[in-house]
Amino acid sequence: MVAIADSVPKPTARFRFILDRRDVFGSIMVAPAILYVLLLVGVPFLMAVYYSLSAYTIYDPSWRFVGISNFVDVVENPVFRQTLYNTFIFTFGSQFLGLILGKFGALLLLRPFRGRKIVRALVILPWAVPIALATVAWEWMFDSLYSVINWALIALGIVTRSAAPNWLGTPHLAMLSVIVVNAWRFFPFAIVIFLAGITAVPQDVLDAATVDGAGFWRRNYQIIMPMILPIVAIGLVFGIVFTFTDLSIVFLMTMGGPVGATSVLGFAGFQTGINSGDVAHGAAISLFMLPVLLVVVVAMLRFIRRREI
Amino acid sequence: MAAVSTRNIVKKFGEVSAINGISLEVPNSEFMVLLGPSGCGKTTFLRIICGLEQQTSGDLLIGGDIVNEIPPRARGVAMMFQSYGLYPHFSVRHNIAFPLRTQRVPSAEINKKVAWASQLLGIDHMLDRRPRQLSGGERQRVALARALVREPTALLLDEPLSNLDAKLRSSARQEIKQFQQRVGVTTSYVTHDQVEAMGMGDRIAVIDRGQVRQVGTPSQIYDDPADRFVATFVGAPPMNIVARSGGYLGFRPENFLPKDMIKDAAFTEFKFRVDRSEYLGSERIVYGVLEGFDSKQVITAKLPPAHVADEWIRPGEWHPFAVRDSALRRFDNDGKRTSRH
Amino acid sequence: MSRATVTKAMQETSFYGAVAFFLVLAAFPFYWMVITSFKTNGDLYSVTHVPFWFNDPPTLEHFRYLFDKTLFTTWLLNSLIIGLCVTAITLVTALPGAYSLARMAGRNGEALGIGIFLTYLVPPTLLFLPLSRVIAGLGLQNSIWSLVVVYPTFTIPFCTWLLMGFFKALPVEIEEAAIVDGCSLFGAFIKMAIPLSLPGILNVVIFTFTLTLQEFVYALTFISASDQKPITLGVATDLIRGDIFYWGEIMAGALIASIPVAVAYNLFLDRFISGITGGAVK
Repeated sequence: MVAIADSVPKPTARFRFILDRRDVFGSIMVAPAILYVLLLVGVPFLMAVYYSLSAYTIYDPSWRFVGISNFVDVVENPVFRQTLYNTFIFTFGSQFLGLILGKFGALLLLRPFRGRKIVRALVILPWAVPIALATVAWEWMFDSLYSVINWALIALGIVTRSAAPNWLGTPHLAMLSVIVVNAWRFFPFAIVIFLAGITAVPQDVLDAATVDGAGFWRRNYQIIMPMILPIVAIGLVFGIVFTFTDLSIVFLMTMGGPVGATSVLGFAGFQTGINSGDVAHGAAISLFMLPVLLVVVVAMLRFIRRREI
Repeated sequence: MAAVSTRNIVKKFGEVSAINGISLEVPNSEFMVLLGPSGCGKTTFLRIICGLEQQTSGDLLIGGDIVNEIPPRARGVAMMFQSYGLYPHFSVRHNIAFPLRTQRVPSAEINKKVAWASQLLGIDHMLDRRPRQLSGGERQRVALARALVREPTALLLDEPLSNLDAKLRSSARQEIKQFQQRVGVTTSYVTHDQVEAMGMGDRIAVIDRGQVRQVGTPSQIYDDPADRFVATFVGAPPMNIVARSGGYLGFRPENFLPKDMIKDAAFTEFKFRVDRSEYLGSERIVYGVLEGFDSKQVITAKLPPAHVADEWIRPGEWHPFAVRDSALRRFDNDGKRTSRH
Repeated sequence: MSRATVTKAMQETSFYGAVAFFLVLAAFPFYWMVITSFKTNGDLYSVTHVPFWFNDPPTLEHFRYLFDKTLFTTWLLNSLIIGLCVTAITLVTALPGAYSLARMAGRNGEALGIGIFLTYLVPPTLLFLPLSRVIAGLGLQNSIWSLVVVYPTFTIPFCTWLLMGFFKALPVEIEEAAIVDGCSLFGAFIKMAIPLSLPGILNVVIFTFTLTLQEFVYALTFISASDQKPITLGVATDLIRGDIFYWGEIMAGALIASIPVAVAYNLFLDRFISGITGGAVK
């Protein structure tokens, strides 16, 4: 028997309820975010690539295409090679130092003890506080005349006043100083990442290992480390990306000096592109960051995917 | 005119067919149970009726109107979810009132309806509490009140008892069934538990792999299964199925008895070697193999209380067992039921 | 004393020693910041005074100078305006975006979410060149509004990712119940998803605000006018007359600017970490 209302669905019904369709609604909701990112990240990124291939300076904003000559200019400049080298040293030195400090710090903070909350709050500070402000404090600590570090060294008799190191004014010391500051900034983040990873290891896995006879170090290196590798990898991606591209620490402490000893890619890009107005070459310098970033991010993502437990 | 009617509903997720053409009619005020194993598509089917999923093809009618393109709120359905889906940030009163507020019903009317629904379910004294302060049974009643308050054309329940522990389950079953009989709302109830289905349904639709295998009353499903799947899915322990002469023979464990217990009708005899027996207090389940059939296939017999204490059923011994011919079911090679003899 | 007690005592001492080492390492520069802010200039600029404690009595002169004779309050106000505006823009964009991605069926939502998040990793030191041309084109150079426009480029990706995590943790049943009960999809979002995620949203608000306070590169690039500088840029670059650094004031300013951020991080740390690592940690 045919039902009475067995008719074609009224056309108005379809449009009246169009916002109830998940696909339409979903697209509308996500559009603003995607648009913002496309317009202010995607487009500028393409612009940067174009600048690097053009002869654009702010005095002569020409869109003339010059191929890869900017890159050639940049690479042939020995100062640039120093900068590139510095950037790698800076990044990997500070990440390595930060990771080690982070790992041991995390182990210390694992088990509850009196005052642990306060210690944790204080240990987080280097990372929590805005990078520029913390850097400025270090700048003062490294001051050529009034450095508190030097005062301590002199008081301990390790150096004399006349031989006191000029931290920011001597090439290798300057690099050491910026590495230390960056590691100092990074290690609380590393502690937090390690803590999060270690506490996420299920207790029964650890218990099983103990019953199977694994001692502290074996548990640590053969059970815990592999299991927290994904999350440490994520932390490392962040760390490397932000360190490799950073300019704040170098800008505030050494301005790339002395004589380019601490110039890093981010800083060089700034000097050339913004301060000197040579946008084309500045963009070329900045773009050198890309290959390393891409490799790091892709490698890490692959690594994480494969190790999904 | 059926309250809920589906015509050849098909649902595909990409290449996978979750529902392969279900046509079902649920008359007014019927309590229809959709019974099937996990993954058979019964929940997807319910969600299609509700409007939370859209069918790939086929028509859905509620109250006689085609509702294919219409969102849930305009279909006249109410749904009770597995974990009840109560709004944690609203009081009980607000939970029940919510469906009316979205339809912009005037507040005097809302208060009346909330009072009516909460009284009907005996929760009118806890209207100001929050869901987290309620017990499981109380939450179920709030969910029912909320479903009822709009006087829906169809009430849909998605395995509401599966989160309860065994003890609570039977009293909760009672409550839901009594509630439905009192109110008379057309109900579709999804479950994988055949005890629930048999106990609550006016009719049961047995579903497997996206298709309805049989629709019928509990006794039709139990005594007259349409195929092997229905025969073995309903009933615990499941029906014994043995291969015989180009087809299959089936008999339920409670019909498989020691030969000398059957004196009143024609029967078919089997030689049965007992391997193991379980004493369950009210019955004894005996496991063994039949002579002349696959020796690896375990056959069960369910012995009634009168024989429970008998010690003569000892493992390793062969005994003559029999099934009344009227209790035998034959199936052809495809699994479909053939005539009884 | 038994051997066990001695070993235990040694272990305890080395443990607390290690803890002390980390404490000093992390916190000394801040101690230095604090004490410098309160020392008189005479005390500060002396090579003979013991620097670790006050030789002359502590003073508030640096703070007074900061508030009276510099643009410090203007910078605070700038940062406040920037923070509020950027947070508002971020919420309006990221909330619906994250919800849509969290509820989007299939792998698309996940992939798009990761894609958006990856833009957070595009470095400012690459984008600042083209963005400076865009800002100049918009006529916003040297104004705090340049930052209001640009900061969401990193707050939106990050907050969308965080919020996705929070929305995913919400049981879908509640929104579905609301839809069956008569809400539109948008209604379910507003009346169910948002109220039930308020703790997460609060977290995101605080975090966005701190992100804007922390930023340095874009501020440095787009703003040179002293009165338009946000607090971090101002304190780090503007408290210099000629070649002379006003260390007392700089430290005082840094101290004031650091405290809210440090407090916020401490309170919301656990939430933030579970947000970032949501995917990797099962």
